[in-house]
Amino acid sequence: MNASPYNFAYLDEQTKRMIRRAILKAIAIPGYQVPFASREMPMPYGWGTGGVQVTAAILGPEDVLKVIDQGADDTTNAVSIRAFFAKTANVRVTTSTAEATVIQTRHRIPEMALTSRQVLVYQVPIPEPLRFLEPRETETRTMHALAEYGLMHVKLYEDIARYGHIATSYDYPVEVAGRYVMDPSPIPKFDNPKMDNCDALQLFGAGREKRIYAIPPHTRVVSLDFDDHPFERNKFDHPCALCGASESYLDEVVTDDKGGRMFVCSDTDFCEGRRAEGHRGHLLGDEPAAREAAE
Amino acid sequence: MSAEPNITPLLVATGLSKSYGRRMACEDVSLSIREGEVLAIVGESGSGKSTLLNLLAGRLDADSGQVHYRMRDGVTRDMGTLTEAERRVLMRTDWGFVHQDAAQGLRMNVSAGGNIGERLMAIGNRHYGDIRATAAHWLTRVEINADRIDDKPTAYSGGMRQRLQIARNLVTAPRLVFMDEPTGGLDVSVQARLLDLIRGLAADLGLAVILVTHDLAVARLLSHRIMVMKGGHVIETGLTDRVLDDPQAAYTQLLVSSVLAA
Amino acid sequence: MYVAVKGGERAIDNAHKLLADKRRGDREVPELSTAQIREQLTLAVDRVMTEGSLYDRDLAALAVKQARGDMIEAIFLLRAYRTTLPRFGVSEPLETAQMLVRRRISATYKDLPGGQVLGPTFDYTHRLLDFGLESGSEPAAVATAPADPDATMPRVTDIIAGEDLIERNPPADPAAPVGDLTRDPLNFPAGRDLRLQNLARGDEGFLLALAYSTQRGYGRTHPFVGEIRLGEVEVEMFVEDLGFAVPLGDITVTECQMVNQFKGSATEPPRFTRGYGLGFGHCERKAMSMALVDRALRADEFDEERKAPAQDEEFVLSHSDNVQATGFVEHLKLPHYVDFQAELAFIRQMRREQTAAKEAAE
Repeated sequence: MNASPYNFAYLDEQTKRMIRRAILKAIAIPGYQVPFASREMPMPYGWGTGGVQVTAAILGPEDVLKVIDQGADDTTNAVSIRAFFAKTANVRVTTSTAEATVIQTRHRIPEMALTSRQVLVYQVPIPEPLRFLEPRETETRTMHALAEYGLMHVKLYEDIARYGHIATSYDYPVEVAGRYVMDPSPIPKFDNPKMDNCDALQLFGAGREKRIYAIPPHTRVVSLDFDDHPFERNKFDHPCALCGASESYLDEVVTDDKGGRMFVCSDTDFCEGRRAEGHRGHLLGDEPAAREAAE
Repeated sequence: MSAEPNITPLLVATGLSKSYGRRMACEDVSLSIREGEVLAIVGESGSGKSTLLNLLAGRLDADSGQVHYRMRDGVTRDMGTLTEAERRVLMRTDWGFVHQDAAQGLRMNVSAGGNIGERLMAIGNRHYGDIRATAAHWLTRVEINADRIDDKPTAYSGGMRQRLQIARNLVTAPRLVFMDEPTGGLDVSVQARLLDLIRGLAADLGLAVILVTHDLAVARLLSHRIMVMKGGHVIETGLTDRVLDDPQAAYTQLLVSSVLAA
Repeated sequence: MYVAVKGGERAIDNAHKLLADKRRGDREVPELSTAQIREQLTLAVDRVMTEGSLYDRDLAALAVKQARGDMIEAIFLLRAYRTTLPRFGVSEPLETAQMLVRRRISATYKDLPGGQVLGPTFDYTHRLLDFGLESGSEPAAVATAPADPDATMPRVTDIIAGEDLIERNPPADPAAPVGDLTRDPLNFPAGRDLRLQNLARGDEGFLLALAYSTQRGYGRTHPFVGEIRLGEVEVEMFVEDLGFAVPLGDITVTECQMVNQFKGSATEPPRFTRGYGLGFGHCERKAMSMALVDRALRADEFDEERKAPAQDEEFVLSHSDNVQATGFVEHLKLPHYVDFQAELAFIRQMRREQTAAKEAAE
C-alpha cells in the first residue's frame, strides 16, 4: 500500500499539529482534560478514535507500534487498529511489549514495566471522572477548576456503607500530581499502581468526547481511597493455566457448560514470553521452575 | 460558649437592591447580625423576603449594595470581591442554607450518612470511620435514630428530611445559617418539634440565623429580632416581642391583627 | 479453544468478505448502480449529504450503496471521507432570497408575492402502495408553465420584517471568524452559529422527536411555518487575491423559517421570534425539526423557563450526532472481559464474605 491517497498516519499535518499542541498542554498540566478538535475517523466513535488520533499525531516512521485490546494483541479491535497504521503509516508493528516504542491500549496496562523510551496511548470512552455524579460539563469543569472533589468521596463512602468495600473494580479514579482527579480509562484497578511514577509517558485520547490528557513520566498517581479503607489491588486465587504466572491479571475462560473454567494471562505477550522462558502452567504440565515462580 | 462575645457584627448588608425588569423585588435594604442572634424576615409572599435572603447568601447577585462578612480568620470581606473558589468554600464550611424543600438541600439518592459526610469529605476528611461516627452523632443530635444512617432521604418523612438537612449543614460548625421557610409544608405537630430543635441548636451552638418566614408564630418562637417587609421595602424592624406586641407601622399592625384574628 | 475466544486476523477478513457478498445479494438480480441510487433514491442521498456535512451526490450515493442502505453507516462513511479533505476557506453567506425556487410554501399567508409553489411533495398523496411501481411503469409527463422572468419571491420573514414585526437578525460581521465544530471542540454555552451547525449535522430522528416534544408542551414555542423553500442557490467564495467573491457552483438546499411566540418588554415593542433550519437537498422534515429545536434552544435569550429536554443546550448538542451515538452504543460489542473479570472477582469476594459472616453468626 505505497500509493496511499492519505497522508502519513492518515491525518493531515495541520491536524497533527493541533493534536500535538493539545498533547503538550496536557503534559504541562498532568491529569487536566484538554479539549481538542477531534476529527471524524474511519472507525466508529467508542472504538478507539481518541487513541488513534493521539497515536497518529506522535507516530514517526522509525516507531514500532504495538496495539492491545483487553491486554491481547489478537483481539479484533487491536488487529483492526494495527492494520490501519500498518497501511496508512507503513510503520513496523509488533506484539512484543519490549520492542514497541508506541503502545496503544484499550483497558489494560502491559504487565512488563514500561521504559522511558516508550509511550503508552490509552483509548478513553468517558474522560470525565465526575460524569456519573454530575452530568453537566459546565459544572464538572468548575469542580475541576476549584478542585472540588468532595462528591467523588461521597460515592466511595456510599460504596463502603453498602458493600463494605469501595465497589469500583475498574475505571478506578486517581489523583494526578496532587491536583486533578482523573479517569484512568476502564483498566482494571489491578493496573492502577502501574501508572504511578511510571518511566513511560502516558497519553489518553477520548475522540467522541474530544479530550486529551496525560501523565508525564515519574508523576505521582494515587488511587482515591479512605485512610481506613485503603486502595487494594485485586488478586487472583489461581496462577495462569498456561504460564503459571501468579502476579498477572487473568482472563477467565469458560471451558464447558458445567462450570468448568480456567484462568489465563490477559497480557498475551507476557504469557508467551514466560512460556518461551520455560514456565509452564497446569494446563501445559507443571514444571518445577514454573511452580517455584508461581509461589 | 466560653469565648468572649464578639461585638462587631458577623454580617452587615448595606443598600441591597434587586429588580426583575421594572419590578423592584428588594430596594435599599440594610441590616446586620451578630453571632448567636436569630433574625426573622417576615412578610407576605411577594414581599421580597426570599429575594433578600438569596442576596445575603450570595445565591443572587444584587443590582447595588454590599454584603460584608467577618471570615473565620477575623478579617471582614466584601462578599462581592470573593473569588468563586472562596465563595464555595465559605458556603460549605462557615455558612449553611436550609431550604423549604428538603429535596433541594439534600442528595436524595445518597444515604443520610453520605449526606452529612459530604461537607467533611469536601474539606479533606479521608477517614471513613471518623466521617461515619460524626454523621451518626449529628443524626442523634437532630433526633434521628443512628440506625437510619444508611437509609436514603427518600425513605424519610418530611420532618426527618428537614432535620437531616439541618444536620448536613451543621456538621462543619458554621457560624451563620440561612433558613428559607424551614417549617413550611409540614404538619403542625411536626412543625412544633422542628422549631424546638432549631431553637435548641441555635442556642447551644451560638449560631447566627437569618430566617425567612411568612408565619409570625414561627418568628416569635425562634427570633430575637424581626424585620417586616412589604413590596421590597423594610416596613419595620426591632426586637421580636416589641414588634409583635406593639407594632408601630400600620402594615405591621394589620399583619399582627390578622394572625390574632385567625 | 483458548484461541477460539479471541478474534483472529483471518476471521475479520472472512467476515468482511461475507459482508461484501451479502451486500451484493442474489446474483440473479442486476447490481444496483450508484447512478441509480443518485437518481432514484434522491432523498436518501440528500439525508446522507446533510448529516454527512458534504455536498457530493455521487459520493453520497456510493456511501448508501456501500452501507447496504443503512443511513447512519452511509453518513459515517461520508464523514470519514470528509475529515481528510483540506479546508480552503469559508463561503459567503448563502442568499436564499435569490434561490431558484422549486417549492415554496408558507403557512402564515394564504397568498403572497411569488405565490405558493407546491413542487415535488408527498403532501396530499394517499399513502397507498403503488403496485404500478413494481412493474416499472413510466410516470406521466410533468405539467409546466412558462417562466416569468419578472417573478420575485421575497422571503416571508423579510415581508414580516418589513413591518418590523419579527426580531431583527443580528447585523452580520464579515470580519468575525466562522465557527466550525469539526475544527474546534464544542464548548458550552455554544454560540448560535455552532448550535445551528450541530443541528444541521444532527440526526433527523433525534431532532424530529425533540421538535415533536416542543409541540406537545415540553418547551412550547407557538410555531408557524413562515416559509419552507427548496431550490438551487449559488455558493460564492471571497478570494483574497482577486478582491471579490467568485461563484463556485449551485447547490440544492431546503430552508425553513419558523415564526414563533412574540416577545416584547416595557421598552421594546412585541415582535415575533425566529427559528431556523437548513439542509442539503430536499429535507423538509429535517429543516422543520431543526428550526423548532433552534427556537426552543433560545429559551434563555427570551427569558423563558428552561425545563424541557429540547431547551437544554448541553443535552441536545451532546446527543444529536448519530455517528457519535452509534459508535458509542455499538462499542458495547467490543470485548469488555477485563472489566467484567474485575467485577466477577469482586462480586464473588463479596458473596464469600457474606457467607462467612452468616456462618460465623450461626
